[in-house]
Amino acid sequence: MSARPDSLVLVALLAPAAVFVLLAVVAPLRRSGRLAALISIAGALTALGAAILAWRNLGEDIDVFRHVWAWLPQHEGVLATVGVLADTYSVKMLVLVSLVATLVQVYSLGYLSDEPPAALGRYYMYQSLFAFSMMGLVLAPNFLQLFICWELVGLCSYLLIGFWYRKASAARAAVKAFWTTKAGDVGLLIGIVLLWRMTGTFDFAELEVWAGSQQAGIAGISLIAFCLYLGAAGKSAQFPLHIWLPDAMEGPTPVSALIHAATMVTAGVYLLTRTAFLFELAPDVMTLVAWVGAGTALMAAILACAQDDIKRVLAYSTVSQLGYKMAAIGAGFANAGFLHLLTHGVFKALLFLGAGAVIHAVHTNDITRMGRLAKSMPQTAVVFIIGTLSLAGVPLFAGFLSKEEILGAVLAGGLTVPFVMLAVAAFLTAFYMFRVVFLTFFGTADAGPKGPAYEEPVHARGHHPHDAPAVMTIPLWILALLSMAIGILFMFHHEEPQFESPVWLTPAAVGVGLAGIGLAWLTFQRRSIDGDRLASAMGPLRTAAHAGFWIDDAFLFVYRSVLLVFSRTIGWIDRYVVDGIVNVMSAWTVMGGGRLRRMQTGRVQDYVFGVAVGVVALLIWLGGVK
Amino acid sequence: MGLHAYLFLAAVVFSIGLFGVITRRNTIGILLGVELMLNAVNINLVAFSRFHGQTAGMILTVFAIAITVAEVALGLALVILLFRTRRTAIADQIDWLKG
Repeated sequence: MSARPDSLVLVALLAPAAVFVLLAVVAPLRRSGRLAALISIAGALTALGAAILAWRNLGEDIDVFRHVWAWLPQHEGVLATVGVLADTYSVKMLVLVSLVATLVQVYSLGYLSDEPPAALGRYYMYQSLFAFSMMGLVLAPNFLQLFICWELVGLCSYLLIGFWYRKASAARAAVKAFWTTKAGDVGLLIGIVLLWRMTGTFDFAELEVWAGSQQAGIAGISLIAFCLYLGAAGKSAQFPLHIWLPDAMEGPTPVSALIHAATMVTAGVYLLTRTAFLFELAPDVMTLVAWVGAGTALMAAILACAQDDIKRVLAYSTVSQLGYKMAAIGAGFANAGFLHLLTHGVFKALLFLGAGAVIHAVHTNDITRMGRLAKSMPQTAVVFIIGTLSLAGVPLFAGFLSKEEILGAVLAGGLTVPFVMLAVAAFLTAFYMFRVVFLTFFGTADAGPKGPAYEEPVHARGHHPHDAPAVMTIPLWILALLSMAIGILFMFHHEEPQFESPVWLTPAAVGVGLAGIGLAWLTFQRRSIDGDRLASAMGPLRTAAHAGFWIDDAFLFVYRSVLLVFSRTIGWIDRYVVDGIVNVMSAWTVMGGGRLRRMQTGRVQDYVFGVAVGVVALLIWLGGVK
Repeated sequence: MGLHAYLFLAAVVFSIGLFGVITRRNTIGILLGVELMLNAVNINLVAFSRFHGQTAGMILTVFAIAITVAEVALGLALVILLFRTRRTAIADQIDWLKG
């Protein structure tokens, strides 16, 4: 007799929670550093084991296991519950989260080996809290628990981006990430409350039943769907709320791999997958989701081409891939988006951890200063290339089928223009990723003309980078093998998608990927195309991309010209109008009191006279009433 | 004589007392006025007690007289204390309560 999935996922959820409480309460343990790390890894491993068991025991796709407890009582029944919901989505996501969390925690042992023990303990405490919050989000059976965990992962993101809080840029990036996602979260909260007012429940199962009995486009549902989407857009870095994600790279690289590539940023996609039944009622919002998703994918892909920081390339790539997933959901095929979420989670974590190994070895993020690292770091180069091939959508690798499925889904959804945008983004994805590969791991001796700002490549300065220790390479290899295993498994054992794709789609998808790789090879390896001339041929687009399409500036402009002016006006009104009225009132009161005090003579007889007159007046009045 | 005559007497005594309290300038005169007002109440009590045949009013009156005595003693003590500290017993000059 095997354990029920709901008890197993509960174990997975509570293991990191217990570790967090232990590390938070027992300060000496936390300050011991490595011991705290080992405990945290043990918790994550427990979660991973339980999650995999739950996945195996789940059985059919339609199986749903719920275990909920009453939480907030109200006069009839229960207002809100807490608990776990184990179905095919949540359990698969749980496996991804616990897998990446475990590998990242192991990897961090090597990556953060120079940190003082207290900081390391703090890091692992946050990691455990994040693992618990993310699993709580994934397993949430209702909107309320989802929202609480949603905020908790946001908090962990803030804490971990700002892990090196003495660095001003990291502290700023943490605050920026927190505020930008918070802007979306307000929308999510409003959406949840509006939905509750309309239906009287937070529970996903009850909502699904309710949604099944409704016609599409009922009054108010579009607003609710839009508000929910706003939350998802903030978390999943959709245009124009994507600006926090590239800056979030200020955090340690393993954090970027876990939170800002594989798990937390996919929470928005997961939310939309989970509530797809609501979005089906609001087709106009669906269209918006698809267009914004495709636009984000294309825009971020262009921006990624213009970045020289390896982590920022990957960050923009994540934004771009999130756009892909959103586009699939917007086209009405949430399954395709969810599949890409899972595969992307694996290979993007791999890419980030690989980039982390490179950064760890050469102590710079700048790809123009790297080169020929394939010789000194062969293992890292191999796994990074596997991740890149996955991301580029080359057959036999994890990203190939999920990406093609998204393209097919968008086309089947009748969204031709977004399809073209996504196809261009796919071409650019292959191009910018192989630009990174060629510039980092290969490269030729005569690397083209040098500008005045040129710095010597790292390998030319008597510095000998080498592969990371085993504690870092083993997680890399696990993820790399998984990326390939998933890709090969999909080739032979793939469930048919819910839509028909034209026959030319597969060659086209592979074609644009290979074209991108080819262009990158010609430009950055063969040097038969001059990179600078290619860039300058792009002209204004390149300038715009270097400035991030001025979206940060637009936010700043709105902040300065609208928000600051507005708040200054409000401040002026408060200071001079509101305060003025209050001051006049108080002045009048003081003046009136000063005048009225003369009534008080202090002589007892005057008071007695007053009382007597009052009694007489009262008697006369009573007589008059009679 | 009927009840009304007693009540009328009590009202007259009360009014004289009130007039005294309000108009006398000497504090001892004011105390005397207060005494008159209290005794007007006593007359009322006794009269009602008599005409309604209830002895409770009589008993209450005895208590009231006893309390009045105590009150007079207290009042006179206050007046003496006032005179000692302020060298005056004129009510108009005692206006410490003035705002």
